[in-house]
Amino acid sequence: MNKITNFIITDIIKNKIIIIYTVILALFSWSVLSLEDNMAKAMLSLLNIILLAVPLMAVIFSTIYMYNSSEFIELLVSQPIKRKTIWLSHFAGLSISLSIAFILGIGLPIVVYSPDAAGFSILLMGLFITPIFIAIAMLCSILARDKARGIGIAIMVWLFLSLIYDGIVLYLMFQFADYPIEKPMVIMSALNPIDLARIMVLLKVDVSALMGYTGAIFKQIFGSQIGWIISMGLLLIWIVTPMWISLLKFKNKDL
Amino acid sequence: MIRIEGIKKSFGKSEVLKDINLQLKRGQCIGLIGPNACGKTTLIKSILSMVLPNDGTIYFDQKSIAGDETYKNKIGYMPQIGRYPENMSIIQVIDMIKSIRQFDGQTDEELWDAFGLEQAKHKKMRTLSGGTTQKVSATLAFLFSPDVLILDEPTAGLDPLASEILREKIIMERQKGKLILITSHLLNELDDLLTDVIYMQDGKIVFFKTTDELMAMSGHGRISKAIGHYIKSAAV
Repeated sequence: MNKITNFIITDIIKNKIIIIYTVILALFSWSVLSLEDNMAKAMLSLLNIILLAVPLMAVIFSTIYMYNSSEFIELLVSQPIKRKTIWLSHFAGLSISLSIAFILGIGLPIVVYSPDAAGFSILLMGLFITPIFIAIAMLCSILARDKARGIGIAIMVWLFLSLIYDGIVLYLMFQFADYPIEKPMVIMSALNPIDLARIMVLLKVDVSALMGYTGAIFKQIFGSQIGWIISMGLLLIWIVTPMWISLLKFKNKDL
Repeated sequence: MIRIEGIKKSFGKSEVLKDINLQLKRGQCIGLIGPNACGKTTLIKSILSMVLPNDGTIYFDQKSIAGDETYKNKIGYMPQIGRYPENMSIIQVIDMIKSIRQFDGQTDEELWDAFGLEQAKHKKMRTLSGGTTQKVSATLAFLFSPDVLILDEPTAGLDPLASEILREKIIMERQKGKLILITSHLLNELDDLLTDVIYMQDGKIVFFKTTDELMAMSGHGRISKAIGHYIKSAAV
């Protein structure tokens, strides 16, 4: 497994896109953190960009990479290598290289400017969001044989989780404003990895007081030790489930 | 060595393999022939578990291949159309497969030398012509001196000189008592290679006979003519 993972990492690093990604992340985080005096505000801007750009990059890059890797996968399947190893190596290779890009681009400036709980929670969430969307991308690439269709599905999933889902939540919130909706609200937010990551960071930035009553409920639930553990568990499930389904599909795929 | 029992495979509605039963032994050099889309490549890919049959079992050395991959250490496979990572050079592909297979013995680089791939080794796979890609595929198939060679249209796209080199290599390996399975449309090329012939049509085995049997039945001295004769007489 290590050999294939190594090979994939070197292949991705040779790819110029990942370098551009790192540079853009770095440019953005250095400028936001050095220009903004209020660290909490700077963190919020950074958070918004990360929650938009990182999943998008992870999902599109990985989907395209998986399609372009189809020859390589075919070659490996004809060799004495377990299919599981081939698939997990791709996941590991993509996760490691995109995470390295994220750490270099975002992690470095954060460690310099804001090495506190908020900073590290942003880093941690980035390192969760990246593999989650890689796993989703790998699932999309195995669900559709056609490349254009696979990429289309991947973008739709990203669009749904990062924009449409929030829209639905907001809509429901206004519709049922007269009812005690805090609990369902918490559950709905917890089911979307991007929303969950946002809440986890917001609680550490300590602006949850600005979010009103719902914010207080969030703080009460997610701020506790158990809430933190449950959130991590939910994020892990978001990695494992798409990965596991795609692995089952790959094991039964005809090449 | 390889036993195929009741293999069935369909892609969507079309049944590609309909209950295939075969027993392939060491020392045989088998020509797998038949019209286009008769299921030859699917059968070969099933043996390599690249295609997973809907029903039936394939045994390699008495062991079922389902869920196993170690048996592929003993197989050299040359695909009909070799597809390789585009950005890798020839030598990178070869080295990668070598390191993945963790092969202890001496690698067989005869074809590498004979095809003159040494001069082209830094060329990227995407820049190669179809013929050169086939040469790489052939080199990879023979590289680890496997007990079983599965060659899917080995000479398609090769120039006459290269296909002659490959032919001689196949004959040499056959003399070592290996099991060789070749598919080809060009029957003339196979004439003095084969010991057995499998004829497939519409996903079924029409016959599996030794070349001697075939020639004796048809009275023709050449396999290609004997097969043609047999098919015609069977149709009547």
